[in-house]
Amino acid sequence: MIKEEFPLKKVCIICGKGAIEDVYTTLVMGNGAVMEGIETKIFFTFFGLDAITTKTMNSLHTGTVGNPAMRMPGNLPFPSLLGMLPGVEAGVSAMMRHKMDKLDIPPVKEYLEMITAGGGEIYACQLAMDMFKLKKEDLWKGVSDVLTVGEFYERCGGLQTQIIFT
Amino acid sequence: MARRIIAGVTVDVNDEGYFTNPAQWTDAVGLEIAREEGIHLTDKHYEVLHFLRNRYANGDQLTIRAVGESGIIDIKGFYGLFPGAPMKKAAKVAGIPKPRSCI
Repeated sequence: MIKEEFPLKKVCIICGKGAIEDVYTTLVMGNGAVMEGIETKIFFTFFGLDAITTKTMNSLHTGTVGNPAMRMPGNLPFPSLLGMLPGVEAGVSAMMRHKMDKLDIPPVKEYLEMITAGGGEIYACQLAMDMFKLKKEDLWKGVSDVLTVGEFYERCGGLQTQIIFT
Repeated sequence: MARRIIAGVTVDVNDEGYFTNPAQWTDAVGLEIAREEGIHLTDKHYEVLHFLRNRYANGDQLTIRAVGESGIIDIKGFYGLFPGAPMKKAAKVAGIPKPRSCI
């Protein structure tokens, strides 16, 4: 067994992007921390706000253009030109969501509910909210608060704390 | 690997205290491990423990989501029963190997 001399006590995660893979990285890391009994705070900013906006949270997309890691089934190359066709991005995104569902990975809203049920906290960025003209009512009801960067950092203090940018 | 005597039963555990042979577990053994973890087991705890043992026996993944969908308890309640790291703690008390799930 690896003896950890200074185990993590608090994890603060910042999610600034709204593609499926960006948001899920955040949710997996965040929920994983909660499951370990680590105090967890997640700050959604810029396009990351899509993940906690009621209207968009369960229909996130993944980019099919300019994504060199994108593959067709059977590991064939995925031409960027194909990704530009109408409906392709929606189809690929739906396929990704279906694959995740088969692995028992919950939809965004349910995942956030799991995190808050375990005591994790979800915050939205004030500046990005202003920029996208979003109001608190537009956000998922489990969001703890809308914060400035400074207010978020105030919550990220303490020894054995890590800030992770996904 | 180590051998321990818990509630009069000889059990095999790994370095972290997780069972390597779930068949050696009994309700009384669970009660004793829980006491070491600072948890007093109630009927609700036992329901969750048996649910996890059954899932493990069937080769199903042990996820927090599955506990939440079990109909026994919701996720918040699960965190309440086994405070801190509920899945790891519950697996240890339930006499099954440490779960390797990320969900």
